[in-house]
Amino acid sequence: MAPRVGVVLFPGSNCEHDVVEAVRLLGGDAEILWHGDGSVQGVDAVVVPGGFAHGDYLRPGAIARFSPVMEAVVSFARSGGPVVGICNGFQVLTEAGLLPGALQKNRGLKFLCTTVELRVDSTESVLTSSATKGAILRVPINHFEGNYTCSPETLAQLRANDQVVLRYVDNPNGSVDDIAGITNEGRNVVGLMPHPERAISPLLGSDDGLPLLSSLVASAAAARV
Amino acid sequence: MLFSVQVEVSLREGVADPQGATIERSLPHLGFDGVQGVRVGKCIRFDLEAADEAAATAEVEDLCQRFLTNPVIEDATITVAAASGAR
Repeated sequence: MAPRVGVVLFPGSNCEHDVVEAVRLLGGDAEILWHGDGSVQGVDAVVVPGGFAHGDYLRPGAIARFSPVMEAVVSFARSGGPVVGICNGFQVLTEAGLLPGALQKNRGLKFLCTTVELRVDSTESVLTSSATKGAILRVPINHFEGNYTCSPETLAQLRANDQVVLRYVDNPNGSVDDIAGITNEGRNVVGLMPHPERAISPLLGSDDGLPLLSSLVASAAAARV
Repeated sequence: MLFSVQVEVSLREGVADPQGATIERSLPHLGFDGVQGVRVGKCIRFDLEAADEAAATAEVEDLCQRFLTNPVIEDATITVAAASGAR
């Protein structure tokens, strides 16, 4: 049976179907997880997709983290389940305490919608295991609050543990240390601002998101055994 | 007792404030040359029922820590006062 990937849907999410399409393209089963359900329905991996959950009111992710489904996602992650947060999903995971640091407004105060180059700096995570270390991937970004920040102690820890999995080649938003994506100490939770699900076919301008999402599907398959 | 609460959420010292910087940069164009150190935050007001001021302050501090601010980048300044026309 194909590995099952659950994609969380909050009021205001808008990238959930892109993730579902990408997972299916890669041979996984994808299903939507409703924010009001306090369960991840036995899936093998969870994606918290992009969008504007709860209108980004107060702060991006601040209200979404209290959704019933997030309690289930947090305990799924704490027990080692693969969890990936993309864009707004990354913001939700930092607010939920699954990943350190925070995302603040872009340097330059511009909403950025463009394709950027990412460098794979660690392949030890559920989103980068099938990628090649040092590879440059062209993946779109689409955010206003993607400027990653954290305390100097947290940054030192991220570097020492090789937890920065993706860096911008040409930093678009002011993120500290060019950080585009990080993983937790257990390496089963990843958050990133770029949208790999929007780079799954040359028709979309790039298929460089595939090695990332196929890592996730492989992690889901491994979690199932 | 009913308390009137004001929470001022501001970016922590050292955290870049692009909104504040943009406002500051634009002020000289309007002829305001002496303005410096602009920081943008937000103000949240609400009423709270609590036994006394200490209890109200403790509850608001907890609320700020867990919800109203992101302690990684934000600080809260809390003002608690007996609401006028207290019940």
